[in-house]
Amino acid sequence: MSGVELTQAEKRTFDRTQRKARRTALLFVAPLLLFIVVSFVLPIGTMLFRSVYHPAVAELIPATLQKLKAWDETSNTIPEPDALQVFAGELKTLVENKTFGKLAEEINRSSPGASSLIKSTARKMSRLDDAELQSKGDQALLDAGKQWSNPNLWRSIKKAGNVFTGAYYLTAVDMERNGEGRVVSRKTQIYTDLYVKSLKIALYITLLTGLIGFPLAYYLANAPERTANVLMVFVLLPFWTSLLVRTTAWMALLQTNGVINSVLQSLHIISEPLELLYTQFSTIIAMTHILLPFMILPLYSVMKGIDPSYFRAALSLGAKPIPAFMRIYLPMTTPGFSAGALLVFIISIGYYITPALVGGVDGQMISNLIAFHMQSSNNWELAAALGSLLLVLILAMYWLYDRLVGVSNLKLG
Amino acid sequence: MANYPKYYTIWHKLGVNGLKLTAWLVLLFLMLPIIVVIPLSFNAEPYFTFTKEMLSLQPGAYSMRWYAEILHDEKWLMAIKNSFYIGILSALIATVLGTCASVGLTNPKMPYQRLIMAVLLSPMIVPVIITAAGMFFFYSKFGLAGSHLGIIIAHAALGTPFVVVTVNAALAGFDYSLVNASMGMGARPIYTFVKVIMPLIRPGVISGALFAFVTSFDEVVVVLFMAGPQQTTIPRQMFSGLREQINPTILAVATLLVVVSALLLFTMEYLRARGQRIRGGQV
Repeated sequence: MSGVELTQAEKRTFDRTQRKARRTALLFVAPLLLFIVVSFVLPIGTMLFRSVYHPAVAELIPATLQKLKAWDETSNTIPEPDALQVFAGELKTLVENKTFGKLAEEINRSSPGASSLIKSTARKMSRLDDAELQSKGDQALLDAGKQWSNPNLWRSIKKAGNVFTGAYYLTAVDMERNGEGRVVSRKTQIYTDLYVKSLKIALYITLLTGLIGFPLAYYLANAPERTANVLMVFVLLPFWTSLLVRTTAWMALLQTNGVINSVLQSLHIISEPLELLYTQFSTIIAMTHILLPFMILPLYSVMKGIDPSYFRAALSLGAKPIPAFMRIYLPMTTPGFSAGALLVFIISIGYYITPALVGGVDGQMISNLIAFHMQSSNNWELAAALGSLLLVLILAMYWLYDRLVGVSNLKLG
Repeated sequence: MANYPKYYTIWHKLGVNGLKLTAWLVLLFLMLPIIVVIPLSFNAEPYFTFTKEMLSLQPGAYSMRWYAEILHDEKWLMAIKNSFYIGILSALIATVLGTCASVGLTNPKMPYQRLIMAVLLSPMIVPVIITAAGMFFFYSKFGLAGSHLGIIIAHAALGTPFVVVTVNAALAGFDYSLVNASMGMGARPIYTFVKVIMPLIRPGVISGALFAFVTSFDEVVVVLFMAGPQQTTIPRQMFSGLREQINPTILAVATLLVVVSALLLFTMEYLRARGQRIRGGQV
């Protein structure tokens, strides 16, 4: 800018008002920001931290782990007798506190079969008095089971004592450390298979919603205004209807004695009822129904903005309808299609309720396994590791969405 | 038959009609599950499917017994009460905090806008199973798991992104010089907010509040993880009903919920039309 120069005082006033405006804006945002950080970001952060932070063993046998620090685990010997004595003493304390089962369970994860050995040994140690433990606790320990002379068991105890561990992430990608500490893949690929299956299911749902959403969105976008407004209600009503209601409806439709089987049987198309519910098929069909509006709405709003004269021009210039459609109209719908597809994909990959209710064994997704490890097997660390992998996957998709569509273009309803 | 332009070939006409047919089939697919639930809920028998008598339209095959069942079942009554109580309070918190934040966020002077926006929208993006698991651990530490307050806070957090998005949309195209004028004439920020900004964005705020309410009203995963027996909500009760003993009471509840969502839909459409009128767009 040329011409008027601001004086020092004017500059200061300007800066001050700028600062004040910024502060006011921040002040309006601050309450929500604080609320979200405390009620949402911190809980998720602490849970994800659990996937690498596992102090259970370190809290159970602190003195033993202290002693084991001096032991060289690469040597083919077991730790020094005084470490063994300390361990025997701590086992006795664990029996008194009734927490030795927890230790047995933790060590058992890295060396299967150790659970019963630790439990029986701990009981034997609890029968000795403190003086005996001090003098010959090491020998009593070695007599309690021949496994105690195996350096591998001591290695896994020392390893389990680490407060920070990547072991749950290894498990979550179906890897493990073998006896020599090398990372190898497991024989059965439970978790990677499930990730692949979830991705596949999400992909099928995305393709299906795109395939059946496209004609409807096109029809709505080109129908007369009044018709379109009325028909839009039929898209929005399912969108606003509770997820549980829609899942219930699909259960009523797909059951063995359900509506679809009854209709097909009374029309003599099938003689025996089909097994539709509790399959991967039922997960896919119910979720396609639930997520279809997320595809139709962005497609519709993009198609509304496409000038029909381009297509007409191509036709009147002699293009065949199908090539004209493919080369003129279809490319213009890309923004709506990519927005809808990414939205549907992101939502479906983390879905829980519908697969849990209609999926059976075959239709379960990654979220269901996370819930299983949270609620039934109580392996919270593994649930956290699986959850953070899922989160990374979704954040990557979301980043893509932001790059392609722009988060600020997000529209609801 | 409609009048087609002269240059349309027979194939093109077939295509247009085929498209129409496909569109109607997809609409049928969208509506069918919702339509099916309604007559099934009047089943006189404890089945989840149409009986022969129902199909031949005998009046005796239909009854209101499952609706009466809801009124006599304390669990359902508590669930209904909880759903509205939690839904209304969490929507209230979400709306107040979200609207305030939106006003700050759309201010052109707002620093770190993109980063803060990403944090504020994160409850919408993170899969709810992760949210539920994390909240369960964290809230337990403060004795909030298994309490109404804990679920209200959790649902408010899940609802705020919807408020921020709708109010941001209402504020798009908002003439910021109105605020400068108000402030320049000596009005305090709160006064400006109430007297200048609020009247212009009211439809957006109300639809944001409805979104937040529906988010809570429909939410079940967080409730599954955090709620004790005293905090059961309608979707939670439906979820356990579908897992344990399926009976048509669930279909009666589902029918009532369809009515609720129809009411919500018409309110939202009305608000959207009003919002467009206020912003001077075409109605």
